[in-house]
Amino acid sequence: MARVVVDVMLKPEILDPQGKAVQGALPRLGFAGISDVRQGKRFELEVDGELTDERLAEVHEIAEKLLSNPVIEDFSVYVEEFADDEDDEQ
Amino acid sequence: MRIGVVTFPGSLDDVDARRAVTFAGGEPVALWHADHDLREVDAVVLPGGFSYGDYLRCGAISRFSPVMTEVVAAARQGLPVLGICNGFQILCESHLLPGALIRNDHRRFVCRDQRLRIENNRTPWTSDYAENAEVSIVLKNGEGGYVADERTLDALEGEGRVVARYLGGNPNGSLRDIAGISNERGNVVGLMPHPEHAIEDLCGPGTDGLGFFTSVLRSLVDA
Repeated sequence: MARVVVDVMLKPEILDPQGKAVQGALPRLGFAGISDVRQGKRFELEVDGELTDERLAEVHEIAEKLLSNPVIEDFSVYVEEFADDEDDEQ
Repeated sequence: MRIGVVTFPGSLDDVDARRAVTFAGGEPVALWHADHDLREVDAVVLPGGFSYGDYLRCGAISRFSPVMTEVVAAARQGLPVLGICNGFQILCESHLLPGALIRNDHRRFVCRDQRLRIENNRTPWTSDYAENAEVSIVLKNGEGGYVADERTLDALEGEGRVVARYLGGNPNGSLRDIAGISNERGNVVGLMPHPEHAIEDLCGPGTDGLGFFTSVLRSLVDA
């Protein structure tokens, strides 16, 4: 079993009103010096069995097809941990 | 003429959309998201609401519902499809329309009577409007900001595919004040405002929205 993490972020040129709202709250809480906040999503996928290249490619497909909208978002995929294998293929 | 209206879990305006079809003189046909066939309808409306709770992204999960597989295939064959609000979001997620809809730039839900200009009256959904007709139709959304890259926006403008544009101030941050667009063929239209809420004087800002429903009925008869 392996955990594969997919991070999804709005593309830099897409306005992020949620991030702006968070950033706007910071000075009110007394935190200074944060010039920008962007909010994204993190997905943790528990993959059964051995994490082969094919399985990882499948996760990429999941990220591209469902977890992100390529029109407005970028994604990155990385393996967080291995339970039974030291293979460090990304 | 049979106009299908899809109900997804979380749809809100499916009943109003069916009622608008009846008002326009058509026969509304309720379609269910888990249906695998379109019950031989002549056109489809994807109504507003919060399908699948807007989980993940608005319209992202609806896109993969069984009925949408049928709608996408039929739309590519020329079936008239109108996506209203959440339906517009579903059409973008389905790649039947370019671009995407993101959270309103001012971060608040907007609900108001909205002035619009119908810039393209050559689609089956807008043919009953005069060219550049100015109308008032209800707008209510939290994620109605239309975005696309500059090349796509230029193409939409150049090909006359901006179906409706906001007048009197941009309500949600949509690029170039875009309220509605069509696909290249013109049979698929996405619209953020709600014409189904503007079909009778009793409970709406007027009847300016009825034209979307009479248009498609007439274009089906003429076809």
